Amino acid sequence: MTDYVGLIPLFPAIGFALNLFFGRRMGKGAVGFIACAAIGLSFLVSFLVFLDLLKMAPASRSVEKILYQWIISGEFQANVGFLVDPLSIVMMMVVSGVSFIIHVYSHGYMHDDRDFPRYFTYLNLFVFFMLILVSANNFLLMFVGWEGVGLCSYFLIGFWYEKKSASDAGKKAFIVNRIGDYGFLLAIFLIFVTFGTIEFKAVFAAAPGKLAIGSGIVTLITLLLFMGATGKSAQIPLYTWLPDAMEGPTPVSALIHAATMVTAGVYMVARCNVLFLMAPTSIFVVAVIGAATAIYAASIGLAQNDIKRVLAYSTISQLGYMFLACGVTAFTAGIFHLMTHAFFKALLFLGAGSVMHALSGELDMRKMGALKPHMPRTYWTFLIGTLALSGIFPFAGFFSKDEILWKALTQGGFIFWLVGAVAAFMTATYMFRAVFMTFHGKSRVDHEVAHHLHESPSMMTVPLIVLAVLSTIGGLIGFPIFEGWNKFHEFLSPVFAVPPKVAEAGHHSAGFEIAMMVVSIIIAVLGILSAYRMYIKKPDLPGQLAERYKAPYQMIANKYWMDEIYDFVFVGPLIRFSVFLWKIFDEILVDGTVNGVAAVVRGGSQVFKRLQTGNVQSYALSILVGVVLILGYVVFNIK
Amino acid sequence: MISLSSCLILSSVLFTVGVLGFLLRRNIIVIFMSIELMLNAANLAFVAFSRFLNSMDGQIFVFFVMSVAAAEAAVGLAIIIALYRTRETVNADEVNLMKW
Repeated sequence: MTDYVGLIPLFPAIGFALNLFFGRRMGKGAVGFIACAAIGLSFLVSFLVFLDLLKMAPASRSVEKILYQWIISGEFQANVGFLVDPLSIVMMMVVSGVSFIIHVYSHGYMHDDRDFPRYFTYLNLFVFFMLILVSANNFLLMFVGWEGVGLCSYFLIGFWYEKKSASDAGKKAFIVNRIGDYGFLLAIFLIFVTFGTIEFKAVFAAAPGKLAIGSGIVTLITLLLFMGATGKSAQIPLYTWLPDAMEGPTPVSALIHAATMVTAGVYMVARCNVLFLMAPTSIFVVAVIGAATAIYAASIGLAQNDIKRVLAYSTISQLGYMFLACGVTAFTAGIFHLMTHAFFKALLFLGAGSVMHALSGELDMRKMGALKPHMPRTYWTFLIGTLALSGIFPFAGFFSKDEILWKALTQGGFIFWLVGAVAAFMTATYMFRAVFMTFHGKSRVDHEVAHHLHESPSMMTVPLIVLAVLSTIGGLIGFPIFEGWNKFHEFLSPVFAVPPKVAEAGHHSAGFEIAMMVVSIIIAVLGILSAYRMYIKKPDLPGQLAERYKAPYQMIANKYWMDEIYDFVFVGPLIRFSVFLWKIFDEILVDGTVNGVAAVVRGGSQVFKRLQTGNVQSYALSILVGVVLILGYVVFNIK
Repeated sequence: MISLSSCLILSSVLFTVGVLGFLLRRNIIVIFMSIELMLNAANLAFVAFSRFLNSMDGQIFVFFVMSVAAAEAAVGLAIIIALYRTRETVNADEVNLMKW
C-alpha cells in the first residue's frame, strides 16, 4: 500500500477538478458528496499506509516513493516524490481525517450559500496542497505545497469577496505569509548551495558531516526556515493575519487556521530537526518566540468579544506552545500537541459556527448568553473542547500540554515553564469566559434573533460529536510516566535525532513528574474558577477591573496596537512608495516615453504626407527629377 | 547632308515637348497625346541610329515600341472612359482622391 501513497493527494485533486468544471451544473448534494468522498478516500488510503508502516521494523520506517523527475537543470535536480515515515503519516492522517469531518460539517453549514460549488472546489484544492506539503520528500515540493495552501487560504478567507473586510483580510493573509516565504526561499537556496541537493534524506544525512555545530551557515539556514514558519504558523512577528482571517466561513477557520495550514510551520521545524539541533542559537530563538507568542496571544484573548477572535488568538497561543516544545528539542511533544490541538480547536471552531448558525450570524459574545438549554449538543461538545484546551485530565489537551510543560521545565528551564504555566492559566480563563458568556448567564440575545434559535442539524452536530470523542480519548496514546504507555512518542522517536544534552540528562523521578501534572491541573482549575467568578458569580467584576486597570485593559483590548504599528511603520510607507512608482515612474516616465516615440512619428508624418498630392502630374514630375539626376550622374561622373 | 546629330536633336526636342505637355496640360486626352509623342520621339531616335549605323536592329525595335504603344493607348483610353463615367470630368487636377 505504501506504493500507492501518491493516491493520497490525488483524490482531492480529482475532487477539485470535478467540482471546478462541473460544480455549477451538478446539484449541491453531488458537489458535497464528491468533495467529502475525495477526502474520505484520502484518509482511508493514509490509514492503510499507516498500517503498512506499523508492520515494518521501527528503524526502517522511512520509505521514499518518487513519481517522476521534475526539474533537471545543470547540477540542480528536483523530483516529485513522497516520503512516508512516522512524522509524515501522522500529519497525513490528521490532515485528511480532520478535513473529512470538516467537509461533512461544511455541507450543512454552507448549504444556503449560493457559491456552494466554489467553496468545495477551494477546500479540496487546499487539502491537496496540504497533503503535498506534508508528504513531500524535498524542500521544493514542500514549498509548492506551502505556497499552495497560502493561496487557498487567500481564496477561502476572501470567499465572500464582495465584503471589503473579507477581501482585505485575504490579501493581508497572503502578503504577510509571503514575507515569511521569502525567508523560507532564501533558506532553500542556501541549503542547495551548501549541500548541492534539496532532498530531505540527503541533506539530513550529510548535515552532521558538512556543517559544524553552531556554525554561521546552519544558524542562518535555520533562522530563515523559522522565519517562514513564523509567517505560516502565525507567530510573533508575522501573526497579524490570523485574527483578520476570521472573516472567512467558520469551517474554513476550523480547517485552515486551526487544524492544518497553521501547523505547517511546526511540521517544517520538526522535519528539519537535524538542522535545528545543530544550531543552538536558532533553536533557542524558536523556544523564546514560541513561549512569548503563547503568553502574548493568550493575554489578548482575555479581552476579545468576538467568539472567533478569541479562538484565533487561542490558536496563535497554542502554536506558540508547539514551537516552545520544538525549541526545547521535545519534538514529539510538539507534534502530539499539534494533533490534539487539531481535534479540539476544530471542535471549538465548528461549535462556534453552530452557535453563529443558530443566531443568524451573530458572533459578538456580549449578545449571547443562556444558549445551553437551546443547543445541548453544541454546548456539551463545546464544553469538552474547552476542557481539552484548558488541559484538564483526562482530555486530550491535558496530556499534550502537560508533556510540553514538563519538557519545558526539564529541558528548557524554569522561565520557559513559568511562561507556559501563566499562559495556561490565561487559556483556561479566557476559554471558560467564552463558555460562560455564550452558554450560561442571562440571555442577551436580540429579540428577533431569539425567535430562530434552534439546535443545528445532524450534518453539523455529528462532526462535533466525533471531534468531541477524539478530544476525549485522543490523548491516551501519549500517556506519560509509565514505561511503554507513551505509544505516540515511541512511534515518532526514530524521526528525531536525539540531542546530546538530553541523552545525557538523568531521569527525573516519576513522583516529580506526577507532582508537576497536579500543578498543571491546579493552574487550569484556578483559571476556570476565575472565569466563573468574573462571569457567573459577579458579572460586574470585569467592567470594574477594566475601569481600575485602565491602561493594561486598553492595551490588550486593542491587541497592543500591533496592526496600527505595522500600518504606520511598514504598510504606510510601502503604499506611498507604490503610489509614487505608479504616478511618477509608470505614468510619466514609461508611458511618456512610449507615447513620445509615437508622437515623434506622428509629427514626422505630418510633414511627409504633403508629398501625396493625389495629382498624377506631380508624381510624374518627381519621376522626371529622379531620372534627370540618375542620368546626370551616369553621364558626368563615370570614373 | 542630314547628320545623325540633327535627327537626335529633333528626337530630343520632340521628347521634351512631350514631357512638358505631360506635366503642364490639364486635359487627360492631351496628356495621353503627349505620352504618344514621347514614344514616337524614341522611335525616331531608334530609326536614326538604324540608318546611320546600317543595322536593322533599330527598326525591329521600333516595331515592338509601336505595338506596345498601341496596346497601352487602348487600355489607357478605356480607363479614361471609365473615369469620365464616374467623375464627369477630364481635368487631371480634379482627379485627386488619393490626396492626403
